[in-house]
Amino acid sequence: MNVAARALGLAPWALRLGLGLPIAAGLAGTLWPALKDHGFQSLTAWPGLPRAVALSLGTGLASTLSALVITFLLIGCLGGTRGFATFRHLLSPLLALPHAAAALGLAFLIAPSGWIARALSPWATGWSDPPDLMILNDPGGLALTAGLVAKEVPFLLLMALAALPQTDAPRRAAIAASLGYGRAMGFVLTTLPPLYARLRLPVFAVLAYGMTNVDMALILGPSLPSTLAVQITAWMAAPGLDHLPTAAAGAVVQLALVGAAMALWRLVEHLTAPLIPALALRGRRGRALDAPLSTLARSLALLIALGLGTGLAGLVVWSFAGLWQFPDALPDSLTLKTWAKAAPDLTATSLTTLGIALAASLAALGLTLATLEAEARSTRPLRLEPLIYLPLILPQIAFLPGLQILALTLGAKGNAATVAAAHLVFVLPYVWLSLAPAYRAWDARIGLTAAAMGVSPARIFWHLRLPMLLAPVLTALAVGVAVSVGQYLPSLMLGGGRVETLTTEAVALASGGNRRLIGAVALMQMALPAMGFGLALALPRLAFANRRGMLAERGPA
Amino acid sequence: MNRRTFGKTALSTLALMAVSSRLAFAADWQSILAEAKGQTVYWHAWGGDTKINDFIAFIGAEAKARHGVTLEHVKLASTADAVARVLAERDAGQTTGGAVDLIWINGENFAAMKAQGLLHGPFAPALPNWPLVDTMGKPATVTDFTLPTEGYESPWAMAQFVFEYDSAKLAAPPRTLHELAAWILANPGRFSYPQPPDYLGLTFLKQVLYGVLPDPALLQAPVDPASYDAATAPLWAFLDAIHPALWREAKAFPENEPALGQLLADGEIQISFAFNPGRASAEIAAGNLPDTVRTFVLEGGTIGNASFVAIPFNAAHQAGAQVIANLILDPAIQAAAQDPATLGFQTVLNLAALSPTDRARFDALDLGVATLSPADLGPVLLEPHASWMVKVGEDWVKRYGVTK
Repeated sequence: MNVAARALGLAPWALRLGLGLPIAAGLAGTLWPALKDHGFQSLTAWPGLPRAVALSLGTGLASTLSALVITFLLIGCLGGTRGFATFRHLLSPLLALPHAAAALGLAFLIAPSGWIARALSPWATGWSDPPDLMILNDPGGLALTAGLVAKEVPFLLLMALAALPQTDAPRRAAIAASLGYGRAMGFVLTTLPPLYARLRLPVFAVLAYGMTNVDMALILGPSLPSTLAVQITAWMAAPGLDHLPTAAAGAVVQLALVGAAMALWRLVEHLTAPLIPALALRGRRGRALDAPLSTLARSLALLIALGLGTGLAGLVVWSFAGLWQFPDALPDSLTLKTWAKAAPDLTATSLTTLGIALAASLAALGLTLATLEAEARSTRPLRLEPLIYLPLILPQIAFLPGLQILALTLGAKGNAATVAAAHLVFVLPYVWLSLAPAYRAWDARIGLTAAAMGVSPARIFWHLRLPMLLAPVLTALAVGVAVSVGQYLPSLMLGGGRVETLTTEAVALASGGNRRLIGAVALMQMALPAMGFGLALALPRLAFANRRGMLAERGPA
Repeated sequence: MNRRTFGKTALSTLALMAVSSRLAFAADWQSILAEAKGQTVYWHAWGGDTKINDFIAFIGAEAKARHGVTLEHVKLASTADAVARVLAERDAGQTTGGAVDLIWINGENFAAMKAQGLLHGPFAPALPNWPLVDTMGKPATVTDFTLPTEGYESPWAMAQFVFEYDSAKLAAPPRTLHELAAWILANPGRFSYPQPPDYLGLTFLKQVLYGVLPDPALLQAPVDPASYDAATAPLWAFLDAIHPALWREAKAFPENEPALGQLLADGEIQISFAFNPGRASAEIAAGNLPDTVRTFVLEGGTIGNASFVAIPFNAAHQAGAQVIANLILDPAIQAAAQDPATLGFQTVLNLAALSPTDRARFDALDLGVATLSPADLGPVLLEPHASWMVKVGEDWVKRYGVTK
């Protein structure tokens, strides 16, 4: 065995360490100050605690359940139709839309002085001034829940569509249909159970995000009190570090809450699972449900696509707006002033963001490829999935404070390199999830044939497997870039507030309310991932211009 | 301002003048100028605003041309970084040749550096331009959050609390705190303030304190726990009265000054406020607010404070730093700072003390449609002792931090 091969054998361990160590250190670093310095005492003294806890649970559970139900509704009622394919194409780019930008767009759309109210005023509503209505930042967190649902449906839908082929859905649907079941009923009875089983981890990731996100909650969520995660972030950032123990105690509570919510979710799973066979035994065909349910599904799909799309369009218009007063539906004048003024800062921030994203994504890609190749060459499969999902399921707020302290003790400065290293923890899972299926599905007989002709494993990897997997490798890289660009808390905390990325900038601006600048930053925030995905699509087409078969997995060209 | 505060300020000014005459004797400005020539002064200043950065570059060009002093702007993310640097140098035993020559500073950072003996001085009263500073009319130039500056820092710009409103929608704005309260109750949903502990939100609460306390002189001393509850009762009564009529019935608050400004721009609220008398004009010029927006202050004055420069005890180029501090007080530079086209900051100088030529520089300024003239801005109330801000902020969260 040569040196390169031996190094390859270490790759899975590097991956385990690379993920496990920061998480363990982060959790320990968070727990420790919470126990040490009366963190819990000052936490319980905060009058907002009970409500903040309720908000975290309520918005997280409600948004996850709604997003899951809508996802099933879309697949069950519309899956396979032509409109569905269009919808899917519309949704895919929205995955690249960072949470903060989506929240900002929605906020401008639905606010009492927002685009909808402007479009309807004064002719339909009679409003010459915006009404004093609690739509955003409502104490119950409804706006936040709606925003989370809109952002998570595209994610769950694409995850579900990726898992669908493994469930043998078309044959199940055909059998159900031949027995006279309606489309929706047939889906629930035959496809939903195996599909859900494959969707559980993404659902938990959505639940953890919904309960603990800071960027969307800052923009759409309540402030009297805010959600627990937002308050923890405020304590972390308080000058003088006096509130660090309180923040740490809050993070421990947040972690426990997520654990409790997942346990509750599993319990409900157990209680509701028997309902499906019970439903089957009733024998209801439910054909009458199809028409109303598919109308509902269509409306919801339209609502989500329009909500996110129009919100984004609103931000774009703002970035070119001159004076734009209520109730004008469009600005008085259009100007390039915002862009011209922001250009120098925006260029620098975009370059920092891109540099961090590329560093983290390339490192993640290298580690993923090495580990997958090591797995391919070894005889037994590596069971890495639970560890890989851990950073997605653990609330960031629960281990980032600890990670920050660890970085400080190790003497890591709040610079771009530290931020990129922290991003790796969150980028790696997504790169893995998007690359591993294609990597494992590569036809091993090609490699076997080459080996039979005496080609070394390394040569098979570099000259056969990697070139043939160019498209999924580039897609995984683009996914990594998109995930890195969207990171808020890791950039903020590990950067010590000094490393400005497009997302920290957008969230900071969002609190300030300068919509023109927010529009410009949000557009750049979208543009970077979009460019990545564009390149990931275009490069293989260029490289394999004369080898159409290499693009086969993307469907007929 | 009430008589007691005034008396206190006058006293501290007198003390400064005594110091100044003594220093003028000792320090020969000409020799300082000679020593400064050829020096490079490292000015550590927050670098987050392009307008301010450009202005510092402008001062640098003037310093080079007039005195042969090179100015390097060390752009900080936070002033505390410069304080930490000086502290680290002292702990390392570096008592001369320090990296920081001049710091843009005020409030807590100044208090910390002064208390630890990290500042060079007193130097300010010995600056040739010092007599032009309006220490009587703008006591905030010698009192930094109730801490007398005692010549350890020199002012360079003033900020003052002003209200903003759209004159197209509101003809006659209220002129007293009680008229404001009456207006809020008569126009529900059209007023709000940034959620404490935001700085501007707390400043609004301090402004209310000035209006409701029988004796606002109390604010110049640290909070007395024994009398605190009784003293602040009128503040909470005032807030309890207006909250039901605030924007969103006080169930949500804007996060900070820009968010409050956005509410005014969207027409969601009709009276807003800022800690910068020139903000409204600048926003109009930028096309973010309609040109019918105007500003107003309350009878009896509004809270104001000053930004300062200070020189660390171990600064490598103390002479050069003093030349810069003096140059900033030059009427031409101060007039440039007040020009909304460059910066729009309020001058620290006493216009009455200027020569006719220099006064003409200020008279010629187009302050912008919405900016009040220095005379109309009215008296500047001193910042209360920092302990008030902390305690009132904590109590606000206890009382209003969770919606019913």
